[in-house]
Amino acid sequence: MRSVHFEPEEILETVQMVQMENLDIRTITMGISLRDCAHPQLAQSAQRAYDKICRYAQQLVKVGDQLEREYGIPIINRRISVTPIALVAESSAGDDYVAMAQALDRAASTVGVNFIGGFSALVHKGLTHGDRILIDSLPQALAVTERVCASINVASTKAGINMTAVGRMGDVILACAKATADRDGVGCAKLVVFCNAVEDNPFMAGAFHGIGEPECVINVGVSGPGAVLSAVRRAPQADLGELAAIIKRTAFKITRMGELIGRRASERLGVPFGIVDLSLAPTPAQGDSVAQILEAMGLERVGTHGSTAALAMLNDAVKKGGAMASSHVGGLSGAFIPVSEDIGMIEAAEAGTLTLDKLEAMTCVCSVGLDMIAVPGDTPAATLAAIIADEAAIGMINRKTTAVRIIPAPGKKVGDFVEFGGLLGRAPVMAVHRESSQAFVERGGRIPAPIQALNN
Amino acid sequence: MAERSNRIIVTVVGHDRTGIIAETSRVLADAGVNIVDISQTLLGEFFVMILLADIAHARLDLDALKVRLHAKADELGLKIEAQHEDVFKFMHRV
Repeated sequence: MRSVHFEPEEILETVQMVQMENLDIRTITMGISLRDCAHPQLAQSAQRAYDKICRYAQQLVKVGDQLEREYGIPIINRRISVTPIALVAESSAGDDYVAMAQALDRAASTVGVNFIGGFSALVHKGLTHGDRILIDSLPQALAVTERVCASINVASTKAGINMTAVGRMGDVILACAKATADRDGVGCAKLVVFCNAVEDNPFMAGAFHGIGEPECVINVGVSGPGAVLSAVRRAPQADLGELAAIIKRTAFKITRMGELIGRRASERLGVPFGIVDLSLAPTPAQGDSVAQILEAMGLERVGTHGSTAALAMLNDAVKKGGAMASSHVGGLSGAFIPVSEDIGMIEAAEAGTLTLDKLEAMTCVCSVGLDMIAVPGDTPAATLAAIIADEAAIGMINRKTTAVRIIPAPGKKVGDFVEFGGLLGRAPVMAVHRESSQAFVERGGRIPAPIQALNN
Repeated sequence: MAERSNRIIVTVVGHDRTGIIAETSRVLADAGVNIVDISQTLLGEFFVMILLADIAHARLDLDALKVRLHAKADELGLKIEAQHEDVFKFMHRV
């Protein structure tokens, strides 16, 4: 193949990555600003938001389908993120924003995307009137909509942790579970509590279109745990330095696909290309698991001793490889370890090897946090809040994004399963500590910004 | 990467047998696809043929062409894939 200078091995490697190793683009996410959709009446504001989303995103699904066929790379999801709704709806009268969530849901359905993110508020320093209404609206908004995803940023390295908001989120998460009790508490699977939330994350459920973003933008999230897994399995004798190099090379190739699809989508939609998010995002499919990569590195089961070190190496190698492959890297960019969406994590949690405490340790070295964790339905709100506080502390001190997406599964106890189906997967209910954290959480107030914040 | 090519790479993988090149080329020729380069090799036990083709003047779009190639692949007991050249450029050349 002299004329294009490809070696047969290179061609076949690409074909194999797509056909056998689940290489895909996880999501093309269009970020849309709704800052101009504010109106004194919520119904008007919701209508403006609906109209604008439908106008901007009407070609999104079609272009995604075209690119998928043309390049032969599966593009699993087309999604939308919008300006945090607390900012948009705050000008409107009324004491809940459920109508706005319903408008987003309708818009997502009209343009054919499976999730729309941005029913969000940023409250790391404190709550405005609109933030409070949005948070109060969450249980109902997430129960009556199907595609709307919500996120609340409760902490940052620069601002510290808003413990009053953290405490409130413990109650809200329980209320969300209760409002969707007939569906295993699926409302909680669409709600992320962040520390150091990023403005250009294309991945759900935590995507929103940040206030520093342009009018409209295309962000791409790549996937590819399967391709990395195969590469690691092909090198059983490599030492860890060599293995890191192998992972870097694979991550580079995966990210190049994201860069290609992002550039082409941006051209065809006439919308600027934002970033490629380098995250290794697992799916419940066999062989598309981050946990299995760690096991292929030499751990009998993920969650055992050595898991944190293996994950740290994996996460760093993915970033190093990916950073060279894209002109603009952003979003969360790391290895995700959601329990319910990763077959290896599910098995390890079921076997009892992977505990909540070990997961917390692993989140110190990966993006993003305690993700899609099911806990017993009778877990107290203060315990949920304390789990969020621990995770936020890790993010705050380590200057990284952390998040909690936790489901106190109604009526379920340790060992039971919650079943969401599809990309959200299924998760075993994991044990939490029984000792109370209530007095700590009830103190409220703010944990001050750490010394790391003073870097000017 | 400003230039836009209309070139695709067709990969044929399977056990060697007579007529693979002839049959695959016929599908492409019938669709008005110009074969620019062709190479074949054995990787392990598998016969691998890689075709670089230009679809600028093709009578079918890539989707329709793939349908025909897949049908031919089923008939011959092979795997045939067609992807835009940029996929390989992006992954292997910077």
